[in-house]
Amino acid sequence: MEQFIQQLINGLAVGGIYALVALGYTMVYGVLKLINFAHGDLFTIGAYLGLTLLVSSNLAGLLTPVGAAIAVFIMVSLFVALIGWILERAAYRPLRNANRLSAVVSALGASIFFENAIMLIYGARVYVYPEFMRPDFSIPLLGINVPFMRLLIIAASVILMVCLWLFIQRTRMGASIRAVAIDQAASRLMGINVDRVISLVFLIGPGLGGAAGLMVGIYYGQIDFTMGWTYGLKAFTAAILGGIGNIPGAMLGGFLLGVTEALAAGYIAMAWKDAVAFLVLIIILIIRPTGILGERTADKL
Amino acid sequence: MSLLSLNDIHVSYGSVEVLHGINLHVDEGEIVTILGANGAGKSTTLLTISGLVRPGSGEIVFDGKPLLRMKSHEVVGLGIAQSPEGRRVFGPMTVLENLRLGAFCIRDKSRGENNLEWIFDLFPRLKERHNQLAGTLSGGEQQMLAIGRALMAEPRLLLLDEPSLGLAPLLVRSIFETVKEINKRGVTVLLVEQNARAALKLANRGYVLEVGNVAMEDSAESLLANAKVREAYLGG
Repeated sequence: MEQFIQQLINGLAVGGIYALVALGYTMVYGVLKLINFAHGDLFTIGAYLGLTLLVSSNLAGLLTPVGAAIAVFIMVSLFVALIGWILERAAYRPLRNANRLSAVVSALGASIFFENAIMLIYGARVYVYPEFMRPDFSIPLLGINVPFMRLLIIAASVILMVCLWLFIQRTRMGASIRAVAIDQAASRLMGINVDRVISLVFLIGPGLGGAAGLMVGIYYGQIDFTMGWTYGLKAFTAAILGGIGNIPGAMLGGFLLGVTEALAAGYIAMAWKDAVAFLVLIIILIIRPTGILGERTADKL
Repeated sequence: MSLLSLNDIHVSYGSVEVLHGINLHVDEGEIVTILGANGAGKSTTLLTISGLVRPGSGEIVFDGKPLLRMKSHEVVGLGIAQSPEGRRVFGPMTVLENLRLGAFCIRDKSRGENNLEWIFDLFPRLKERHNQLAGTLSGGEQQMLAIGRALMAEPRLLLLDEPSLGLAPLLVRSIFETVKEINKRGVTVLLVEQNARAALKLANRGYVLEVGNVAMEDSAESLLANAKVREAYLGG
């Protein structure tokens, strides 16, 4: 039982990170019907940028560690959001009326560009997050000691997702994002500026992805320039699992994938965690090809 | 001067020209109908006015302003709203959310709420069902929603694309009655219809489109009496 709870909490922490990244894939797919293959690399940029800010800006000297973490969190999100916005302008908007394949190739190209840019700027070695950023104590919960860091990661991801959910469901701008995802032409007839909605989605998705990159850096302490590939693939899987284009689906898929992986790692073997995760994906897609909450088919890439 | 005028509008889909130089105008306060068979270019004409389809050449003027370089959302802001062919309501959203989206270009919240009250007066059914998902409404209710949603933008000109499509005759009559009422409130209406008899009874003037050309243009009474129109569109 103890091991189960331990692994469950592990899984929720990783799952929260997957979910945050998955939201970026699913929201972009919702409005553009395009998989933004560069999204994983925006996540990597978040991790590296967070490191740079923490190490070189002396924020930790000016503020408490918690204050520094929050300040870096906000700066990283804003900066990665800006890169996402530029990415859409430069790589996707000019191809809006071209055929699908061109946009997909452009997305792959953007991914390669970002990955190499990070490697050229930072070098190909592994980087380690500073110790002071990684509180090392545990707190007792449900009869076991849970690392504080893990709870913090879960809390941060849940808070971000609740904020997103309220924004999407309760505000005028949120409603316009949903409308564009349902029917772009009808949205234009409502007086919605569809280009602006797409830009907004490319601010929100990368903003969340960048925050997730920072969270991985703080949580695991180690980052490298190819991490966007691994996490991107997992998050993409989570988005498909929940139903691509569906926002609650991405959240659910992220947590489900994280927990499955953690349980597989705990009860079978660490080496089997990816295999089990993808097995679950395959089984769910066989039973429900549209994903758990998906309504539309995900047959178009 | 006309509220809306289209001068020599040519539209192509790919290499196929579907509108070969359309001229039409709508005066303030009128109900004007565009009749024609399937594929005559009626819906394309409305989509061109709304800026969803770009003409190859020609000129569209609304209230003295040229529309052609404008984006769709700017056209709505100027006062042209459309209830599109096939209704196109946002199925997974509630009736109320659909209506609020219709008022997207209206920043003033209290004006939006006033419009909402007016729409609920016009279509009490929508009020009863305001929390229901639009996709679960009947065809007639979806049509009411599509019209109501367009009215939420406070248009000076309302474009209606086949509001009678797939509806029972009784319902068609009630929808057309409502259109008349909307017009009395000062909204100019441009109505595309296949149900020519009902449309001509409602309208002041009409145009007949044939394969991308304006074949006839006259007052509604004259068109109703016209032998050719009777034969082709009114079932003899």
